[in-house]
Amino acid sequence: MEILLFGITREIVGKQKLPVPADQNITTVKALKTWLGQQYPAMQSLSSLLVAVDSEYAQDDDVLNGENEIALIPPVSGG
Amino acid sequence: MMLIKIVEHIDLNEAYAHLHTPEAGAVNLFVGTVRNHSKGKEVMHLDFEAYETMALQQMQHVADAAQQKFPLCKLVMIHAVGAKEPGEPVVVVGVSSAHRDASFEACRFLIDELKKTVPIWKKEFYEDNSVWVNAHP
Repeated sequence: MEILLFGITREIVGKQKLPVPADQNITTVKALKTWLGQQYPAMQSLSSLLVAVDSEYAQDDDVLNGENEIALIPPVSGG
Repeated sequence: MMLIKIVEHIDLNEAYAHLHTPEAGAVNLFVGTVRNHSKGKEVMHLDFEAYETMALQQMQHVADAAQQKFPLCKLVMIHAVGAKEPGEPVVVVGVSSAHRDASFEACRFLIDELKKTVPIWKKEFYEDNSVWVNAHP
């Protein structure tokens, strides 16, 4: 599984795509957020951190798999 | 009917031309521009980054909701990405409708919802540092 990164999350990780090791056995949005917070403590200080699956906002208990496009959405500031 | 896109440079004439229709008695356009100051500091330039596929999809959702809510003829939503100088347009939303009330309300709805849900990020560059807007509480 690979996560697309944008804005400040791309800067925190230092790359545009973050591979999630299979042995972490991450299968839900909530588990992904927990793992990210452990790997990158700077993510915990953001105002919010959402996950998108196939270009739609996902809920914490939504299931993730390698076939979807998964992205981290830090607080938006368009307009 | 709807013109929704993400571009390097916004063409206001194109947005206006899209909205033009003989059925409309009102054409309303909101243009968001780069402000030269933020929180008391001078802004040198801004950088906009979009998750383009999702941003277009979320803009479409906002446009669909506006269409449901208000009696509109045509609708436009365009957001710019890349480096922008103070004064430059960065977003334009607009509608045409038979009467003016719906056009004002729809423009307000479009820009407010865009700012809440569309995955686009703004980085402000000052003389001595830079920040991702809204990133931290």
